[in-house]
Amino acid sequence: MKESSPLNLYKFLPKTNCGECGDETCMAFAAGLIARERTIDECKPLFDPEKQKKYGKKLAQLKEVLAPEVSLIYLGTGDQQIKVGGEDVMYRHQMTYFNKPPFAYDVTDAMDEADLVERVKLIHSWKKFYIGNWENVEMVAVRSVTGDPDKFAKCVKKVMENTDKPLILCSFDPKVLKAGLELAAEKRPLIYAANKDNWKEVAQLAYDYKVPVTLSSPFDLDGLKSLAITFREMGLKDLVLDPGTAPNGEKLQESLQNFIKLRRAAVDEGQKDFNYPVMSIPLNAWFTTDDPVRGAYWESVLSATFVIRGADIMIRHSMEPHSVMPDMHLRFNIYTDPRSPVKVKPGLNKVGKPDETSPIYLTTNFALTYYTVESDLGSNEIDSYLLAVDTDGIGVQASVAGGQITPSKIKDSFAEAGVDFEKTSHRSFILPGMCARFSGELDELYKYKVKALVGPEDSGRIPGWMKTQWPPKWEEE
Amino acid sequence: MGEKKIKLSDLNKQLADMGVKSLEGIKIEGDIELEIETGAGGVGPLFAYYFGAEVAKVAVQLVNMAKAFGYPIDSLLQPVAVAGAIAPAEIKAAAPEIPAFKIPDTLAKAKFEVGTDATWKHQIQEVQLGATKAEGGSRGHVIKIGGEKAMPFFYDAAMPNRPVVTMDVFDMPIGMAKAVKMHYEEVMNDPAEWAKKCVNEFGADMITTHLISTDPLIKDTSAKEAVKVVEDVLQAVDVPICIGGSGNPEKDVEVLTRASETAQGERALIASASLNLDWEAIGRSCAENNNVCLSWTQLEINAQKELDRKLIKVAGVPRDSIVIDPTTAALAYGLDFAYSNMERIRIGALKGDQELAFPMSSGTTNAWGVREAWMIGSPNKEDSDWGDRMLRGPIWEILTGFSLAMAGVDIFMMMNPIAVAYLQEITQSLMGLIEAKTPDTTNWITTEA
Repeated sequence: MKESSPLNLYKFLPKTNCGECGDETCMAFAAGLIARERTIDECKPLFDPEKQKKYGKKLAQLKEVLAPEVSLIYLGTGDQQIKVGGEDVMYRHQMTYFNKPPFAYDVTDAMDEADLVERVKLIHSWKKFYIGNWENVEMVAVRSVTGDPDKFAKCVKKVMENTDKPLILCSFDPKVLKAGLELAAEKRPLIYAANKDNWKEVAQLAYDYKVPVTLSSPFDLDGLKSLAITFREMGLKDLVLDPGTAPNGEKLQESLQNFIKLRRAAVDEGQKDFNYPVMSIPLNAWFTTDDPVRGAYWESVLSATFVIRGADIMIRHSMEPHSVMPDMHLRFNIYTDPRSPVKVKPGLNKVGKPDETSPIYLTTNFALTYYTVESDLGSNEIDSYLLAVDTDGIGVQASVAGGQITPSKIKDSFAEAGVDFEKTSHRSFILPGMCARFSGELDELYKYKVKALVGPEDSGRIPGWMKTQWPPKWEEE
Repeated sequence: MGEKKIKLSDLNKQLADMGVKSLEGIKIEGDIELEIETGAGGVGPLFAYYFGAEVAKVAVQLVNMAKAFGYPIDSLLQPVAVAGAIAPAEIKAAAPEIPAFKIPDTLAKAKFEVGTDATWKHQIQEVQLGATKAEGGSRGHVIKIGGEKAMPFFYDAAMPNRPVVTMDVFDMPIGMAKAVKMHYEEVMNDPAEWAKKCVNEFGADMITTHLISTDPLIKDTSAKEAVKVVEDVLQAVDVPICIGGSGNPEKDVEVLTRASETAQGERALIASASLNLDWEAIGRSCAENNNVCLSWTQLEINAQKELDRKLIKVAGVPRDSIVIDPTTAALAYGLDFAYSNMERIRIGALKGDQELAFPMSSGTTNAWGVREAWMIGSPNKEDSDWGDRMLRGPIWEILTGFSLAMAGVDIFMMMNPIAVAYLQEITQSLMGLIEAKTPDTTNWITTEA
């Protein structure tokens, strides 16, 4: 959607302020649509069969205006359904990227059954905790190495017995694809792929089984567009584009530039006849080396290239932690919504094994600051308490300036967290250096019974600070 | 909006009486009444859908009757609605729900075209690092960074200079991750040898000497004593150099101005001026000694503009002697902030913001502060296996640096030699500088990997 004014969406809404969507006014709902915080189906009256005479046309128009610049398709079904594409911007700071490209890890019909099952289980169960969420692998790509439809079917069946994650069925042979679709079509897999040689048969399969289909035309965007327009005219609109992923040399440069061109055509130029999600295949890194470390690293680097510049779905190979982990984090970072600061839950947390003699630090609940301080304490083995003050996810410097952190708020936060300074041996806490000017006021608030120590401006300097400043010296009482 | 109800029996009369020239909307109710609503949308498939086959059959009769009476009904009722109304079995015969699936004989002809970004009208400042004897320095060669007219690796305009790596050397042994330390153990006490190793064995484009021992909380080495290490490094290697302080805002001013004097005429990158220290003194010292000033801010585009402006207008640093460091937050540790901050800065510069149009630097070594880069295993027992940290660490530094290369970074401060090699290879590949036979991946599906 290019529209940025709620007023221009408001005219398509019922304008009755019925409140059914949860917003008090249709205008507020329109603003939610602009921010992509609300979806059109939340406006119940627009979809009411009884009111189609009145709203049908508006609904159709609104859908058109709201349609993402890169078209959105769905893979899989039920809980495992995945959104692919649906992007609206060229650069993430212009709003956000919405649907992180699913990683599909490959298995083949040439694997023996035990290896196959083990690998599917590894793909299925992989997980890592990160900023309050579990990151997982989304898909399995089944490759037909043997070219034998029966073997492919057997493999697909075995994969489906061991995971409910959506599949990509990979073969250029329509007979092989058909064998896979017979088993998997109901789960809405993606088929890979139609090309300039097999497109008629693969189009028929996509139609017969009602599944999305990848169009492959390596390093030939005219050819890719020709396939896309042909499929679209046949009524097949759930398409994914594979423009080719070269793993090295000048062709790699060309690959990246093709991804940039496709995204730019869809988003900046609004080329509606050629705005389908794009697939990258970092697995191709393995064509350049037999060295397992080199292969995994290079696959990671290729993945990063295309995660950053326009891939909407990826086929990968290395399940080594040193490849999966960094790419999962990179994808998470790039697809984090920059419009809302990442926050941690306010409150008191332990670092290491603190007791009553341990220092008590505080910082804001801006996730980046918080995790930095936590890491600086933890990696230096400083057993301590760390209070995250609720500043609505704003960092220390900005929240001092903006008033989200104040002396009384600090005192209240300690009280809410149940900190009783009388039970500590030091009766003190440590302010971030950037809050230094709060110390006098805090001393007063605590009636000089608790010391507000001033720590360093950068938590990286806490270890040095501890050497000279800890524990605090109270005058003889 | 007019609305009339008609009994089947007097359809003829009613229709005639209404004098309508076209039927805009028709609705059947249970007692076989026909609602004709003027001003509504045409009769579509919904007509059949909502009122079912039985009622619809009557509707078809009504329509036929109306037709017989001479009303222009054919043009108003879509065949699909009528057919759908009759009975499911007859739908396909009469008119299918969607046109029959038909595969054409040949592919459609198509030509793909896309433009460049017309808003990128300005060039990033090109900055020379290092100076040869003829230029008043002592370096064997110089390095140029910046000068871009487009985002990195975009087809809009080729990058005039490749990204470069300056490898870190410290003036005293420091704690570092095992995967880094293993490369430097025997040179850790000798910054000159350390620098040589980086240049000769690890392909460093430049050397950064960090004078961390000057920190009052570490060794409090005097500025006068500390800069001897700079002299040693200048003797040991002939690549352009960068000089860093300890990060102590009071001491750094003295240390860096002194270092700038020591490296007079070398166009050394002095790291760094920032808003929370005496930036003016550092900036002036760079300007007076023909060095390059690194302008460092913390993830805040407006602060970056402010500092750059002050360095130019107040401290008198020439535009061709400024490199900016908008801060590197590493992969999984705020990379998203660093990435978008840099991307915004670079795009802003290309669009004409002169306060941002400088080459960018990244302290990529920050990647080693992330627990995933150095910890033996996950503190979270439910995580999948983290594998070997000796393999995990380098890729953390590679991806941190490379992501920011995509956002516009021109110079990377790095530590792990494997990471340096990969960063150089991928950035140069994407510039088309590395010749390699690209394997045929057409049949990737059938490869036995």
